[in-house]
Amino acid sequence: MRSYVPNYQLTTPASLADALALLAAEPGVWKAFAGGTDLMVLLEAGKLPHRNYVNIWNLKELRGIDVDTDHVTLGALTTYTDVQENATLRSEFPMLCQAAGETGGLAIQNRGTLGGNIVNASPAADSPPALLAYDAEIELVSTRGSRWLPYHGFHTGYKQMSIRPDELLSRIRLPRNTTAAKHYYRKVGTRKAQAISKVCFAALGRTSNGQIDDVRIVLGSVAPIVVRCVQTENALRGQQPDSTTVKSAQTSLLREISPIDDIRSTANYRLQVAANLLADFIATLKS
Amino acid sequence: MSKSEIALKVNGQSHRLEVFPMARLLDVLREELQLTGTKEGCGEGECGACTVIVDGRIVNSCLVPVVQVNGSEITTIEGVAGEDDLHAVQHAFIEHGGAQCGICTPGMVLAAVDLLERNPQPTEADIRTALAGNLCRCTGYMKIFESVLQARSSK
Amino acid sequence: MSDHPIGKPVPRKEGRKKVTGQALYVDDLSFPDMLHGATVRSPVPRGKIRSIAFGGDIPWHEFTIVTAKDIPGANYVALILNDQPYLAEGFVNHAEEPILLIAHHDKYLVQEARRHVTIEVDEQPAVFTLEESLAKKAIVWGEDNVFKKFLVDKGNVDDVWANADLIVEGEYETGAQEQLYIENNGAIAIARPGEGVTVWGSMQCPYYVHKALVKLFDLPEDKIRIIQTETGGGFGGKEEYPSLIAGHAALLAWKSGKPVKLVYDRAEDMVATTKRHPSRTRHKTAVSKDGKLLAMEIDFVIDGGAYCTLSPVVLSRGTIHAGGPYNCPNVRIHSRAVATNVPPQGAFRGFGAPQSIFALERHFDLVARAVGLTPEEFRKRNFVHEGETTATSQVIRERVDMNGLLDRALQLSDYHAKRERFARENANANGGFSKKRGIGFATFMHGAGFTGSGEVYLQSVVSAEATSEGRVQILAASTEIGQGTNTIFSQIAAEALGLDFDDIDIVQPDTGRVPNSGPTVASRTSMVVGKLVESAVIGLKQTLIGSGLLGEGYTPADFRAACREYVARYGPLKSSATYQPPPNIHWDDEKYQGDAYGAYAWAVYVADVSYDELTYEARVEDFVALQEVGRVLNPVLAAGQIEGGVAQAIGFTLFENVVWKNGRMANNQMTNYIIPTPVDIPPIRVYFEENPYAYGPGGAKGIGELPMDGAAPAILNAIEDATGQNFTRIPLMPEMLMEQYEQERNRT
Repeated sequence: MRSYVPNYQLTTPASLADALALLAAEPGVWKAFAGGTDLMVLLEAGKLPHRNYVNIWNLKELRGIDVDTDHVTLGALTTYTDVQENATLRSEFPMLCQAAGETGGLAIQNRGTLGGNIVNASPAADSPPALLAYDAEIELVSTRGSRWLPYHGFHTGYKQMSIRPDELLSRIRLPRNTTAAKHYYRKVGTRKAQAISKVCFAALGRTSNGQIDDVRIVLGSVAPIVVRCVQTENALRGQQPDSTTVKSAQTSLLREISPIDDIRSTANYRLQVAANLLADFIATLKS
Repeated sequence: MSKSEIALKVNGQSHRLEVFPMARLLDVLREELQLTGTKEGCGEGECGACTVIVDGRIVNSCLVPVVQVNGSEITTIEGVAGEDDLHAVQHAFIEHGGAQCGICTPGMVLAAVDLLERNPQPTEADIRTALAGNLCRCTGYMKIFESVLQARSSK
Repeated sequence: MSDHPIGKPVPRKEGRKKVTGQALYVDDLSFPDMLHGATVRSPVPRGKIRSIAFGGDIPWHEFTIVTAKDIPGANYVALILNDQPYLAEGFVNHAEEPILLIAHHDKYLVQEARRHVTIEVDEQPAVFTLEESLAKKAIVWGEDNVFKKFLVDKGNVDDVWANADLIVEGEYETGAQEQLYIENNGAIAIARPGEGVTVWGSMQCPYYVHKALVKLFDLPEDKIRIIQTETGGGFGGKEEYPSLIAGHAALLAWKSGKPVKLVYDRAEDMVATTKRHPSRTRHKTAVSKDGKLLAMEIDFVIDGGAYCTLSPVVLSRGTIHAGGPYNCPNVRIHSRAVATNVPPQGAFRGFGAPQSIFALERHFDLVARAVGLTPEEFRKRNFVHEGETTATSQVIRERVDMNGLLDRALQLSDYHAKRERFARENANANGGFSKKRGIGFATFMHGAGFTGSGEVYLQSVVSAEATSEGRVQILAASTEIGQGTNTIFSQIAAEALGLDFDDIDIVQPDTGRVPNSGPTVASRTSMVVGKLVESAVIGLKQTLIGSGLLGEGYTPADFRAACREYVARYGPLKSSATYQPPPNIHWDDEKYQGDAYGAYAWAVYVADVSYDELTYEARVEDFVALQEVGRVLNPVLAAGQIEGGVAQAIGFTLFENVVWKNGRMANNQMTNYIIPTPVDIPPIRVYFEENPYAYGPGGAKGIGELPMDGAAPAILNAIEDATGQNFTRIPLMPEMLMEQYEQERNRT
């Protein structure tokens, strides 16, 4: 343990309103602390520069999964275990369940939250590719009220996002329009469990009359943020899933991602695997 | 920063403690409560040696700030055996070579106990998945799987 | 009557303590008024220390601070060459080299304080790889960067090349590997000038630590006491390193007058402690057209890091194993251990042999293909048999049947059918990305005990003592580190005395109490030290019989009564045994010729792999490990050793990549240096052939290191079967696989 624990504050508000009041009273001084699976790693390593945290783990207002006709709405503190245990998510949002099941081991899945995974803003996070492919929307709340925004566009740069210092991520909403589609999720991390992804690929596709009509393609660990590859989607829409389409889509994809060499992998590997996964995904649209 | 008071129940026993809120549950168990059966292997939630059960779910105690278990019930390795006898998982680990150096064993046993609570008849694949967050460098895992399969049938 | 425990799956002696969390490891111990220590390390790989500054808002006056000037004795870790300082004095030779030590009551404040020590170093040129060291990019050790060289010469290879039918050459590399015991290194010391030094710690070799601290403190042997605490894995990583951390804890205790605990966290343990030596092996092999070996020339180099540590011995074992279980009339092995400016490499299960065996067994698949034989047929034509000689000209006198082992292993793994089926299915893959399958094997041997005359020099001793209650205590410095020492010794003693397993107690290794039975290394604990346990307890029995208190055909109750009576009449009943070499062992240290080891374990390992063209990931799907290790003393423990070793070897081959940046491990976290998890290990199917060895206890030979040797070449041979491509370097990460695979595919 390399941090000096007495230097850190972790205050526990009684309610969401109290938490928001604290964030509003001293904007930027307090940051939210959920399941701790990312922040505690930094604390242990002596690399947690921010000192003051609001403990939101116990806030019931941020838990629960609601299903209505058009949407599934998840509290920001929904854990990876909660995700996997939900029948609607398992049948309609399998990529999210797969992502949850491949995040850490069970002890991590019991503590890690979707909200935390989003706000931690790692480009290698496992659930954001699935959430982006499912056209998720997120709700930010503050003492000033609440606002819903598309998740796509929320991350603006490495560890940068469109959230104000007094706001909390409170809910995530998924439109229930996925049933007729092919879901293709692949986390590549060399070992089968407890891996940090080298490439994460989440895609959703639908064909009609042999042509691709709806398609969404999202990649993690290949750019400063998790990227929805809109140009590649455009290159695919209206095309037949054949080898010519694969070639042009790959060309487009390689322009949209910008992987780097790091201690986990190489840019070359990430580019090649991303192109392979895209081809493999397109092949699944043939049948 | 100041300490705050928390209450928690560990292995059935209630405690009130003055703690720094960001102190790791792992350190509080080991240093304040002298429950040294919970081990630190990596300090980053990778190895599972510090696994304990909090309110019916396994967690990595190195990743839990202690203030978040205020009011919780916790089971550590010291609380797994009954008054008179070991837990079936503990018996099986002894009989089937599930423990070698023993440092991953407390976490491994707790993860196995948790699995059998949730799923009394796991397959080998279920066991592998349930233990995927617990690393062992000695056994190559085969004898651990055998131990859990044995504990399953002896339950 | 006795339960005759040998050969039975007797449960682990200390199993109950381990499954209940009662076993006490070093970090579980605490002493009144104890300080917590930390090590301040070099920020750069090589250079002259210019300044040390203590900054920050830290109450430095409350700290104990130790530098090289505080060392009462010699500032080196006594081992082989004594070149490694406890604390750098003026100059550093590797990143993370210890420079000073600090201690304070508050264990968190110590970490905070460590960050506020600034060390400035004038950097000097450094070398980071064995290639750079060999090329003398900078001279960083001695006159030529070479710690040690060996030359093994059998016959004359130079006479062969000109007329050989076929010559096959190859170059092979292995990377560093972290031992990754789950318990980090740690020690607690109490030390007072005038009184002496006591250290508790996680370790394999209490007497290594003892020897080192005698020099460090310049104290008589009886003033240094080393006690092994429960040890959470070692694998070689706690062979020589504990001498360093124990010395550091003791120096802080010496200066502060208080108990000091020094326990590394994972990041420090990974970045600063020893790893498996990286290696490069070049092979040149001459064969006749009917596939008989004519000559083998082998150049074997290992990267020893910045200080010598055990590199000469690692090199020795790697050199001797480089020729494998084959009968070749002409062999030349030239080997070198060289210096680089990375933290010193050290012992790791297999100790040089996994490196050279990887090269040989990978190379022999290529030679087989070149000569038009299957891998199995080529090996069968060249296996060593009873009466034939190994590379060191050792005549094999024990019964050995590598042909039989190979046939059985191939049958157990369904090798022939799979090879045929995989070839067909791989060829039929239609477009897109397929999963290819392959199967491969390796045939190898591993020598047990110290090399050559090593055991004779060690002169190991074990004692046994009977208490007045009739319990028998075993006193040895051999440590339980998970491999089963306590259990095996108890089995051997109970069997030899006709007592029950539970009648035997193992005394905690404590140099103040137990004799020096040698280090816990080299697959020697069961075979060599176990034999001494057997002899020592037989001594007890003979004393009782000789004194007339015990007759032949006694019961355990008779034995207990006799002990009670003996102790009442004569005082303590104790017996010791000292190592005696088996007959007819001759070793020439100068020529590196002769009986390198008293006994070998023989093995054939078969790997069945899949290879995913989509992600370039290779996985082991099934693994068969067949070995002859003499008599199996405890089938559960023995299988556990093999399974654990194979899992480590799978990690070595496909997962564990030390990323070096400027001589420093950059991925020093378990998140980024990945070892296999429970879902990454295939079924490991373990089989034994039993062939009792006359000079081992109950017929046992060594077993601990063997399973580290064969998996890597078996897996790469299988990957070649799957992909048709020749990979020569491990770890074979998907990134490296991709580079070569795509290059080859684009070329063809």
